[in-house]
Amino acid sequence: MARRENPEINAGSMADIAFLLLIFFLVTTTMNVDSGVSKKLSEKPPADYVPPVIKEKNIFEVSINRNNELLVEGERMDIKGLKEAAIAFIDNGGGEGKVENDIATGKCDYCRGEKSESSSDHPNKAIISVQSDRLTEYGTYIAVQDQLLRAYTVLRNRLSMDKYKISYTELEDAYKDNKSNQDLKKKVEFIKTSYPQIISDAEPTN
Amino acid sequence: MSKFRKKKKGMPAVNTAALPDIVFMLLFFFMVTTTMRETSLQIDTPRLPSAQEVKKLEHKSLVTTIYVGKAKDTKYGTSFNRIQLNDKIATADEVPAFIINARSKVSEEEVPFMTTSIKADKECSVGTIVDVRLKLRDVNALKISYSAGASID
Repeated sequence: MARRENPEINAGSMADIAFLLLIFFLVTTTMNVDSGVSKKLSEKPPADYVPPVIKEKNIFEVSINRNNELLVEGERMDIKGLKEAAIAFIDNGGGEGKVENDIATGKCDYCRGEKSESSSDHPNKAIISVQSDRLTEYGTYIAVQDQLLRAYTVLRNRLSMDKYKISYTELEDAYKDNKSNQDLKKKVEFIKTSYPQIISDAEPTN
Repeated sequence: MSKFRKKKKGMPAVNTAALPDIVFMLLFFFMVTTTMRETSLQIDTPRLPSAQEVKKLEHKSLVTTIYVGKAKDTKYGTSFNRIQLNDKIATADEVPAFIINARSKVSEEEVPFMTTSIKADKECSVGTIVDVRLKLRDVNALKISYSAGASID
């Protein structure tokens, strides 16, 4: 065996390693992306706008007072129970759905609620109204919005799972990656219209 | 075997040819990760509320940010309800002008996709947010996002 003494370290590939690292970090570093609860405001109603009459049973009232306490449908409730209560309300399916462009949606055949007479008729008629006080803490307000949105997500995921064997969240992601896919678009639209998010913000109390 | 015997003995110098590469790498790394803050905050960095149903904001150039929180300068009081637009503390009445100004910076077909991000401290009151929201509705800036950190149950 030949004994090599003080062989020079081969540094030729050093640049490659450096570039590899550079590319690795380039790919993995996420710039702090802004995220938030998105919401679409309703348009400003015209001055002579008369709000439609909505049956009491189709409105799910959530009030938050200035001590950040919740009143849901006339009962005090902890914020943790709000999601379940909202699910029960949206998914009740006690009557006929709304009629739009002369197409009646009929009974809710995918609802699994109690079909109670005193709760909502159909998910597309179920309105959640959030009334807060001007002095309510913003953190609580967002927590309430979050709980309500989660209720919708649970229901959408369930329906999507039943129909397409894939959760709505994944379905939506797949659609986002491939916007031109008409099939996916149809599916997303269907789930969206089956459980439309109708959360309205009532004028706050003083 | 004797063919491979080294002629030189003694310590070879460390090869520094790759040093520029490393330096460039660091340079690029910091160039990429540094986010430029175009507005200096006049309020304390808002402690964002947390929520699970958060969506990422896409198209940074189409996002206008309104900050709400406690002013750094105590002459504005110590409540958490100060609104910051651009570089200064403002009132809700100045929101429409701010939005219209932001709109003028993007092309017309992109205006409907503009989002207003409200970065508010979790201790601020809903009244302030509602005031801002009403003003946003007046100028038809209907897409809003309440900035929140993602939380895992």
